[in-house]
Amino acid sequence: MADLHTFVLKGASVLDASGRRSADVLVRDGFVAAVGEGLDAPRVLDAAGCIITPGLVDLNAGLGEPGAEEAETVHSAARAAALGGYTTIVGRADTDPVVDSAASVRELRALAEGAACRVLPSASITVGARGERLTPMAELAALGVRLFADDGVGIHDARLLRRAFEYAAGLGVVICQFAQEPSLAAGGHLHEGPWSARLGIGGIPAEAEEVVVMRDLALARLTGAQLHFRTLSTAASLAMVHSARRRGLPVTAEVAMANLLLVDEDCAGFDPATKFRPPLRSAEDRRALVGRLAAGELDAVVSAHTPHSVQDKEVPFDEAAPGASMLQWTLALGLSELTLGEGGPQANAVGLAELIGALSWKPASILHGTVPAGTALTYGVIESGAAADLAVIDPTATWILDPAAGASRSRTTPFAGRSLRGRVRHTIVGGEPMVLDGVAQR
Amino acid sequence: MKHLLGVIGQPRAMLEELLQLSDSFAEVNARAIPKVPALRGRTVATLFFEDSTRTRLSFETAAKRLSADTLSFSVSSSSVKKGETLRDTALTLQAMRIDAIVVRHASSGAPWQLARWLDCSVINAGDGWHEHPTQALLDCYTLRRHFGSLDGLRIAIVGDIKHSRVARSDVWAFTALGAEVTLVAPRTLLPPSLEGWPVQVSEDLDRVLGSSDVVYLLRMQRERQHEALVPSLREYTARFGLTRDRAERLADRAVVLHPGPMNRGVEIAPEVADLDRCLVLDQVANGVTVRMAVLYKLLAGSAADPHDAVGDEAWGPIRSGGSDG
Repeated sequence: MADLHTFVLKGASVLDASGRRSADVLVRDGFVAAVGEGLDAPRVLDAAGCIITPGLVDLNAGLGEPGAEEAETVHSAARAAALGGYTTIVGRADTDPVVDSAASVRELRALAEGAACRVLPSASITVGARGERLTPMAELAALGVRLFADDGVGIHDARLLRRAFEYAAGLGVVICQFAQEPSLAAGGHLHEGPWSARLGIGGIPAEAEEVVVMRDLALARLTGAQLHFRTLSTAASLAMVHSARRRGLPVTAEVAMANLLLVDEDCAGFDPATKFRPPLRSAEDRRALVGRLAAGELDAVVSAHTPHSVQDKEVPFDEAAPGASMLQWTLALGLSELTLGEGGPQANAVGLAELIGALSWKPASILHGTVPAGTALTYGVIESGAAADLAVIDPTATWILDPAAGASRSRTTPFAGRSLRGRVRHTIVGGEPMVLDGVAQR
Repeated sequence: MKHLLGVIGQPRAMLEELLQLSDSFAEVNARAIPKVPALRGRTVATLFFEDSTRTRLSFETAAKRLSADTLSFSVSSSSVKKGETLRDTALTLQAMRIDAIVVRHASSGAPWQLARWLDCSVINAGDGWHEHPTQALLDCYTLRRHFGSLDGLRIAIVGDIKHSRVARSDVWAFTALGAEVTLVAPRTLLPPSLEGWPVQVSEDLDRVLGSSDVVYLLRMQRERQHEALVPSLREYTARFGLTRDRAERLADRAVVLHPGPMNRGVEIAPEVADLDRCLVLDQVANGVTVRMAVLYKLLAGSAADPHDAVGDEAWGPIRSGGSDG
C-alpha cells in the first residue's frame, strides 16, 4: 500500500509569491518535498491544467460557534473554507460569548480539532467587546492569538485605543480596527448617496469610515503600533492607508470580496441579502477598490463570511442582519468577476497573481508577521521545506453558485445563481488532502 | 397590473389611467347610496405595522363602497419583536385566501418584499421614508380637479423631505404629469443626495411663495428638533411655516395642500388651515375615490369597463392578469 502521506500533484503550474512556472509538487509528511518537472510518487493527484497556489488565508471569518450553531459551526465553516481553497481561517471574536479570555480561546481550539482546515482564534481588544477594559492580551498572545479586534463595533474611545496600541506594540500582536464612527452611522443601513436617498433608507456616509481611518492613523503614528483595518470600503480610506504606509507606518488594510463585486445600486430591490457591513458603496468606490487590487496595493481580500439563519434575512431591509455566507465562494467569485477570463477583455481586470496574493500570501504575512531573517520558514512560496498548505485550482471549470449545495450551514447570499468560472479541485492542509476532486474529505 | 407598490419611475400613462378611472368612482361617491357591487366576493386586508387610522379608514371605506369584504390586521411591533418575520406574517395572510393586502410598514421596501412572497395583490399604503403611492395619486387627483391639469403647475413642497414618503412619491408623480417641483427645506431636512431627482431646491420659502401655484406643506415632527435637524419648532415656523403673513403673499389662484394630520401653529397657521384655498378636506374625500380606482384596477378584470360595472349586479369577478406594477 502506498504511503498516504506522500503524493505528487502532477500536470499543473505553480503560482506563488515568486511567480508562475510549470512544475509538479511532491508532498511528503506535511511539507513540500520537491518542486519541479517530472516528479513522481506512488500516489498521484491529478492536477492537469490546474494552478497550484499557496493555500488561501482568511483573516475575517465569522464562525457562528459558539452562540449561533444553527447558522454555522466551526466544522461547517472549515469545510466550506477548504472547499473554497482556504487552508487557514481566522475566526472573528464576535461570537456569543465573545472570545476574550484564555478559556474561550482554548474552547475554540478544541472545537477546531479535526476541522477541514486550520481554524485560528482571534480575540477581542476589550472584554466582551464593550469598549471598557482590555482583554489579557499577553496571556492570549501566548496562546497564539495574533489578531485582536472588537469586530462590528470598533474602538471609539481614542484614549482606550491608544492604550490598546501601546500595550499591543510590546507583544507583537496586531490591533484590528473596525472603522465606523457610530454617531455618523447611526440609523444607517445603506451607503449614503443617491440610492439611500431614493430608497428612503438611512445612509452610512463614506465619511463615517474615513474619519476613523484618519484618527487611527494618527494614533498609530503616535504609538508605533501595528494597525490593521478591518474591511475598508471607500476609495479615500484606502488612499489614506496607502499613503500612510508610504510614510513608513506599519499599517495594513483588508477589503471584503462583497465590496469588490457589488455596489449600493444592487440594494435597489430591498433584498436583505444585499445588506452588508460596511455597506456596499458607490460604483466609484468599487472601481477604486478593484483598481487597488489590480495594482497589487491591497494587503488582503477577506471573505468577511457572516453566517445567518434564514429568518435573519426574512425581515425588512433595515431590520435585517448584515453579511453573507462567503467562505466557499470568495475565490470563485473573484476569479469569475474580477480576473480576465476566456470571455475577452474587461475593464479594470485584476491579474491572477494579484488576486491570489491578496487571498493568500499577503494576508498570511499579516497573520504571521515578517519572517525572521535566516529561518527556513517562508510564507507564500511553494518550495522544498515549505508547509504543504496548498490550493489546486481548475481555472476553466464552470459552475453555478447554488447555496443549497454549499458546505456552510448558512445559505444567505446575494450571489445565488451566478455563473462561476474557476473551481477548487484539491485543498491540501498540512500535507493532507482535505478536498479531493472538489469533494470535502471531512 | 397586479400590485401598486410605488409611483417612482411610473409612466405618465399609468398615472393618468388611474386618475381617469377615479372620475368614474367620484360619480359613485356623489350618489345617495355610494356603493357598487364591483368587487363583491373579493377580500381586501389592511395590514398595518404602523398606526395610521386615516389611511386605513380610507382604504376600508373604498373597499366597502366596492362591496369587497375587508379584514383588518394590526401587527403590533411587539409581536414582531417576539420573532415573527415579515414572511411569516405574509404567509399567514396568504393562507386566508385574501385577494389584496394593503400594507403600511415603518421599513422602506417592505411591500416589495411582500410582493415577492405573495400571490395576491399588494398595495403600498406607505413604507418607511420611501413611497406612499395612493397619497401621490390623491394629491394629483385633487390638483387635477382643481386646476384641470398638472401641466405647467409650479408646486413647492415644503418641509421634512428627507423623512417623507409623501414627498418622494409626490415629486415623481407631479413631475410625470407635467408639473414643476421645487423642494423647500433646510439642508438637514433634505435627502443626502438629489441626484436624478427632477426638482429644484430652495432654502428660502419667501422667494418661492409668490410664484407657486401649489404650496404643499409636510408634517413637521417634533422629534426632529431633538435630532438637531432644526434648532427649534419656533425657528422652523419662522423660516418654513405658512404663517398668516406668508399666506397673504400667495398668488391669487394658489392652493395649499397637506397630507395630514396637520400641526396647526407649526407648518401651518390655524387661520390658514381654514382658508378656502387649503384643500385638505378635498384631499381626504378624494383619497377614498382614488383608492376605489386602485382597488378596482388591481382586482377587477382588466377588460371590464368601470362604467358598465358600476351598478351592474351581474358583473362578476375576473382574475386580473398583467405584470407587476
